[in-house]
Amino acid sequence: MRKELGILTLLAVLCILVAALNPQFLSAANIQNTSRLIGTYGIFSIGVGIVIITGGIDLSVGSMFALLGVLLSLMLTQWHWSPLVAVAVVVALGSLLGGIHGFLITRLSLQPFLVTLCGLLLYRGLARYIASDAVQGFGAGVGFEWLRDFTTGSIGRVPMPFVLMVAIAAVMWVMLHRSVYGRYLFAVGQNEEAARYSGINSRRVIASAYVISGFLAGIAAILLAFYTNSVSPSSHGNFYELYAIAAAVLGGCSLRGGEGSILGIVAGTALLQVLRNLVNLLDIPSSLDFAVMGAVILIGVIVDQVLRTRRSTKMSADS
Amino acid sequence: MLEMSGISKRFPGVTALDSVQFSVGRGEVVGLVGENGAGKSTLMKILAGIHMPDAGAIHLDGKPVSIHSPRDSAGLGIGTIHQELEVIDTLDVAANVFLGREPVWGGPLRLVDRKKIHAEAGEVLKRVGLNTSPDLLLRHLSTAQKQLVEIARALSQHARLLIMDEPTSSLTLSETERLIQVVADLRSNGVSVVYISHRLQEIERLADRVVVLRDGRNAGELRGGDISHNRMVQLMVGRDLKTFYAGSTSQLGSVRMELRRFRTARYPAQAVSLSIHAGEILGMAGLIGAGRSELARAVFGIDRLRGGEIVLEGAVVDIRSPRDAIQRGVYLVPEDRRNSGLLTGLSVRENVTLPNLSQFSSAGWIRRADEAASAQASCAEFKIKTASAETRAGTLSGGNQQKIVLAKWLSLKPRVILFDEPTRGIDVGAKAEIYQLMRRLAAEGIAILMISSDMEEILGNSDRVAVMHEGRLTGILQRSECTEEAVMRLAVA
Repeated sequence: MRKELGILTLLAVLCILVAALNPQFLSAANIQNTSRLIGTYGIFSIGVGIVIITGGIDLSVGSMFALLGVLLSLMLTQWHWSPLVAVAVVVALGSLLGGIHGFLITRLSLQPFLVTLCGLLLYRGLARYIASDAVQGFGAGVGFEWLRDFTTGSIGRVPMPFVLMVAIAAVMWVMLHRSVYGRYLFAVGQNEEAARYSGINSRRVIASAYVISGFLAGIAAILLAFYTNSVSPSSHGNFYELYAIAAAVLGGCSLRGGEGSILGIVAGTALLQVLRNLVNLLDIPSSLDFAVMGAVILIGVIVDQVLRTRRSTKMSADS
Repeated sequence: MLEMSGISKRFPGVTALDSVQFSVGRGEVVGLVGENGAGKSTLMKILAGIHMPDAGAIHLDGKPVSIHSPRDSAGLGIGTIHQELEVIDTLDVAANVFLGREPVWGGPLRLVDRKKIHAEAGEVLKRVGLNTSPDLLLRHLSTAQKQLVEIARALSQHARLLIMDEPTSSLTLSETERLIQVVADLRSNGVSVVYISHRLQEIERLADRVVVLRDGRNAGELRGGDISHNRMVQLMVGRDLKTFYAGSTSQLGSVRMELRRFRTARYPAQAVSLSIHAGEILGMAGLIGAGRSELARAVFGIDRLRGGEIVLEGAVVDIRSPRDAIQRGVYLVPEDRRNSGLLTGLSVRENVTLPNLSQFSSAGWIRRADEAASAQASCAEFKIKTASAETRAGTLSGGNQQKIVLAKWLSLKPRVILFDEPTRGIDVGAKAEIYQLMRRLAAEGIAILMISSDMEEILGNSDRVAVMHEGRLTGILQRSECTEEAVMRLAVA
């Protein structure tokens, strides 16, 4: 809980700061748009976070958004598939790609970084090839109006992606923090050998984390495609895997595995989005937004490390 | 040349060395022998600059010296060939020989003088009789050749004293012959050698003098013609060759588990057959590297079998993973507690309940109250001393960590428990508790295999003792036949 408390405090301080400097921050439109982004990013960040908890990494989600987005557009506008089928195919394909990553990592003992880096390159290339490097749009939405309205709509005034993210986070929270499977995820991330000695099928547990990441990336791909309303295969989703990794790490996931929480990952995602929002609202040149993000994350990590060192020296001085 | 006097070294909970005297003359080969834990390695680590002695003096050529680091040690002309070879597989032979002191061209870039390295490496390689090209990558060499590279490295640092710790433990017979020849050549060139080995035949052939340590003290010294296998064993185990056996009370039940022509990857040519009875503690003795841990790992399904079968209560079982073993009630308390036994970053509760979470869950959902209650009960039952069940397991003492590993299995239904070095690194009080626990489990009808390199532990707890040597089962002693000497004879075969 300690780690989440730190990031939640940072998030609150940042919100108050931005609101004080520019009251626009609290306008309904801004809050809605920011929460829409938090929802979309949160969904795939949870997936990547779970992979990180097992001690792995998933670099492929950004390119998956391009590939799945292009395919979604083709299925709906060119091939005129039923929207339900298209959604199912996108989500299934995301899970399948995750499953392939998991297979390669656990059965062939390849390094997660390598496997998903190859995925990053491969899916981006495929997306551009399939789309002939042309932007894929959704036109007037004939035949799938409800799907577009659903993904871009709201319940009351809460944007749908945020609602979905909260629901997914709740399910994943139970799974990660209250179920046997979740305990195994932490155990294999902490020490795969000891987990195996305790009778856990560590390969299956690790592979399943990549399937979850792919599954959630599939859902996020649909939300993202309708959010941008067009998919430019060479840039759609660029760098998104890094947002997810940053969110997870900010939220307390250790890249060494075995540590992290759903609440932390969601808070980390929110922090990143508020930072982007801050760049807009405070008239900071938008070309600086990565730099601002990098600087804030770095400062946060340094403060965390300093506090921790101080705490542990204090503890050893006490004893 | 070298004179160590009154050397003492304490570690938390143990006195590793107690006023030990040790000396080496110029061009002398001194054999250093003793049981596991007698203090041989600690003594040599003091010379290598890895440990500092608490008391005592070291003189080299009559002058007092203090060795604070491996660098000091090398500077004094002492070279150490560790049991675990310290070479880098991805560099070539010459680069390994000069690792850490590469000659450089002048100038600010400090470019490595490759020509010089190769020329000089070629020379020292000749001295140790290694006829490979200095350009060859280390990974293409055999273990024996890598060892020669290490010796060459020491010689290139002008070592006058070489310490060799179990140099032949992973060599084949012919490679061993070659190494013995190299050592003899070094001696005739005036290099002194301290030769540590469990293989007493090698010591017999090589050593000019033998120093025997027992329980961190000098147990005796043999010279020239006095050096014999039997004399060494006698000094190693002490004169009072009495039988122990305090613990055993249980009756042997029927055969619980049988290994038939069991072969492991480490020693694929050796087939081991043995049986363990219900209610029995079968001690398994042998020297380090005898293949005992590999046997346990294969039974538990971590390593694949090379051949043979496991028979559990009369039925052949197929164990391919720890899961399979656990489902059949066969558990392992592993040797390497911190890496394989325990999840040090998780809490005591999470560790204790890990293999049997299904008992505390419905449809995959953990009933946290039940889990916590069970963890509490385990802490109380096994006297795990911890602030709470939520404490990180890694912060507890070795004894308490071992109790966690045990508690984790005992809430299941064990039929066979394999203990690998159950009390390594554990203080005396916790040791006694673990011994009592093992005896209680045996009395409940569980079959126990206890691998131990601690002679007293073997003699004090076992109903029978199986002894292994280099993958071979060299004998099974009934409790009436068990003496330190008998076990040691079988262990050194």
